[in-house]
Amino acid sequence: MSADLDQLENQSIYILREAYNRIDKLALLWSIGKDSNALLWLCRKAFFGRIPFPVVQLDTGMELPEVYEFRDRIAREWDLDLIVAQCPPEEEMDQTLPPLTRAAARKTEGLKTLLRDNAYQGIMVGIRRDEQATRAKERVFSPRSLDGDWDVKDQPAEFWDHYKTRFPEGVHVRIHPLLAWTELDIWRYSKREEIPIVPLYFARDGKRYRSLGEKNITFPVDSTAGTIDEIIAELVVTRIPERAGRAMDNEAEDSFERLRSSGYM
Amino acid sequence: MPHSQLRIVIVGHVDHGKSTLIGRLLNDTGSLPDGKVEQVREMSRKRGMPFEWAFVMDALQAERDQGITIDTTQIHFKTAQRPYVIIDAPGHAEFLKNMVTGASQADAALLVIDAGEGALEQSRRHAFLLHLLGVRQVAVVVNKMDRVDFDEARYEAVAKEIRDYLGELGLYPKAVIPISARGGENIVTRTDKARWYLGPTVIEQLDAFRPQQTSPDQPLRFPLQDVYKPDDRRILVGRIESGRLRVGDVLRFAPTGADARVVGIEAWNHPQPVLSAHAGQSIGITLDKRIFAERGHIAHHLDAAPRIAHRMAVRLFWLVSEPLVVGKTYTLKIATAEHRVTVEQVTAVIDVEDLTSTPGKAVHRNEVAEVVLRSRTPIAVDLAADLPRTGRGVLIDGNDVVGGFLVVQIEETATANITEVSHAVSVEERAQANGHRGGILWLTGLSGAGKSTLAMALERALFERGWQTFVLDGDNVRNGLNAGLGFSPEDRAENIRRVAETAKLFADAGMVVIASLISPLRADRARARAIGGQRFHEIHVDADLATCEERDPKGLYRRARAGEIAEFTGISAPYEAPEAPELVIDTGRLDRSEALARLLDYVDEALGKATLPGEADRSSSWVI
Repeated sequence: MSADLDQLENQSIYILREAYNRIDKLALLWSIGKDSNALLWLCRKAFFGRIPFPVVQLDTGMELPEVYEFRDRIAREWDLDLIVAQCPPEEEMDQTLPPLTRAAARKTEGLKTLLRDNAYQGIMVGIRRDEQATRAKERVFSPRSLDGDWDVKDQPAEFWDHYKTRFPEGVHVRIHPLLAWTELDIWRYSKREEIPIVPLYFARDGKRYRSLGEKNITFPVDSTAGTIDEIIAELVVTRIPERAGRAMDNEAEDSFERLRSSGYM
Repeated sequence: MPHSQLRIVIVGHVDHGKSTLIGRLLNDTGSLPDGKVEQVREMSRKRGMPFEWAFVMDALQAERDQGITIDTTQIHFKTAQRPYVIIDAPGHAEFLKNMVTGASQADAALLVIDAGEGALEQSRRHAFLLHLLGVRQVAVVVNKMDRVDFDEARYEAVAKEIRDYLGELGLYPKAVIPISARGGENIVTRTDKARWYLGPTVIEQLDAFRPQQTSPDQPLRFPLQDVYKPDDRRILVGRIESGRLRVGDVLRFAPTGADARVVGIEAWNHPQPVLSAHAGQSIGITLDKRIFAERGHIAHHLDAAPRIAHRMAVRLFWLVSEPLVVGKTYTLKIATAEHRVTVEQVTAVIDVEDLTSTPGKAVHRNEVAEVVLRSRTPIAVDLAADLPRTGRGVLIDGNDVVGGFLVVQIEETATANITEVSHAVSVEERAQANGHRGGILWLTGLSGAGKSTLAMALERALFERGWQTFVLDGDNVRNGLNAGLGFSPEDRAENIRRVAETAKLFADAGMVVIASLISPLRADRARARAIGGQRFHEIHVDADLATCEERDPKGLYRRARAGEIAEFTGISAPYEAPEAPELVIDTGRLDRSEALARLLDYVDEALGKATLPGEADRSSSWVI
């Protein structure tokens, strides 16, 4: 048995059910990566098979073909209420951002458009604290201003698991059911639950995607791990950060912080 | 497979070395990713600052620029024993809500104290908060021992001071470890500089902590989060906070008292039927019959019920700049249940320096206090000392969580053993819910005696204490309810009769209704008394005619003297003063605040807590 995975699963289901009960209009962001796939799986558990809110892919048109294939298959098999939201082109981004960060910012803008058009009050996102230092400071229920800004210096208190679930008009909340999970937990859970995985995570020709994003800004890293067991074995010993293949993170000292404080996931 | 991870929060006064300790722990256990130290060195060089281990932790631009921790953060690392999550909590007083957020997730805590400075205010406040948050496993590290040459006497003095303080809170540190975070002494490896120290290193102490576990032997508490109807099933979902339940168990739901049997524990993608579930599990159950059950209700076994209360005392920590004040109403949340509660009393504001306490009227930001809360709805609750998860909660004001609390005393009400929802709410229940009885305060007296002024002041004062109260003013009633009545003797009698009947309905509903009418005739007032029964209190607002005429607030005396108003009480119609009123307030002799004080004293005695049912002996009605 894996008591720690049970604990994480129960906690995430609790958060999902709180969100569903407390927040009027909800959607879930699905990047089709390993974390949001696990999150979809947890939703199916929490709501007994059928996910009761739309699942949104913010599409830049730059995903790899395997990702689109996987999306369409899973959406059909799991009977998802899938919304594919197109992101605005790079020319419309803040030109003061470094180029790769600018490319990533398209998703932020896509999300803002989605929020404006659909008036979602809650957006569920499968980010984890161990991914990146600014994500480590996130709340489980994290309010954003109308234009998506994140005020990292004035976040609500989370006394035990009493989350902030009331908001003034015009504010939306990011709900982060996977904050407490680690990369290793996600893989162990995916194996235990037999959650489907985009094949790009498995090594081919000595390389694999450790963190899967768009083809213009994410790159595979050296690895020979061709199965989940091998990935788990690799993660136990590696000292290479998960987002090493994410070009934008390393562009400037505060690239990712700037992205996040203006609404990036 | 790895052991369960342990969550450690690092707390303490600003600049006592929390972030440095964490940077060290990560580095010395080989937990930093490749390139991290080089990256931090490069960053320090660019800013022209000396390298600090603390920078490893600072994620935000502002944190790196100012060299402080602003928000709580969580970092994963491993020892040979097991994985950890380190929760770095800011030490600055402005960021206490972030400290609370971090610490409330922790299994155990390290309290960092500067060997040179000892336990300063934030150290003590953090220790107090650990206690409030329920973090019982604590170790102290006495940092910067290098600055005091690893002097044993200095260590002993700091250790004794903090042990004494924690002891008064009921916290007993597992170890008090002399370290130097900057130099890495006694963190992962022992140092020769303190041969006199025989206790564990920081890492040894971390490995000796145990993950928090809830015993399945505790009473069952299953608070409902929601009710789903995915198909023909009606599934009650929630997380078991304590104890366990099995298929076949009869559950009772507090506070309604409805009973039903568990026929299934529903699980998706689970090959075998689930027969039992225990604390910590988020589950869904189906019942053998349809009962009224909704979010906030707590399922329990028949033999171990939570308490049902309208009043309780809590130990509370206040987070926001707007103070908690007596008389104000907040939303209380325990598990998934929410109730409106009014602050009845601030019994004690606690000084975190020396743990002395004084009663007060308000609780300010970052203060700890004991407060009595009263609810109009029955709350299912446990003492935090018995069952922490259903004995603690938060207060919400508007959109924000403004404080967190532990329940330290519960006043059980007579409804505790009611097993069915009662549609006919009894007088006693209303009184318990309101914290006072319903009643009619009938203010009679000459025009200009001060009835309306007193009535409005009394209404305000009672309202601010959280009472249910309303004024029925003679003039106002004549604009609506009695608009069709004139000033003939018959109409005046009918006016009074209707006001008395209305007042009685209000009093039946549990309110303190303040009727303010001249009501000059004894016969009319006797009829009103007959309608109101025991709840009728006649209050003579007495001022002699000359005084009233001099005040003449509405100019009526002047017009009556000029013959413009026929049958004016005191001039051309009689005023029959009460012969045996419950209270006389002479507004000719008392000023306004004295008059109000006297009236309030009377109301307290006649309708206040001392008269509540089953509360003859208040002290013994508290469950400690």
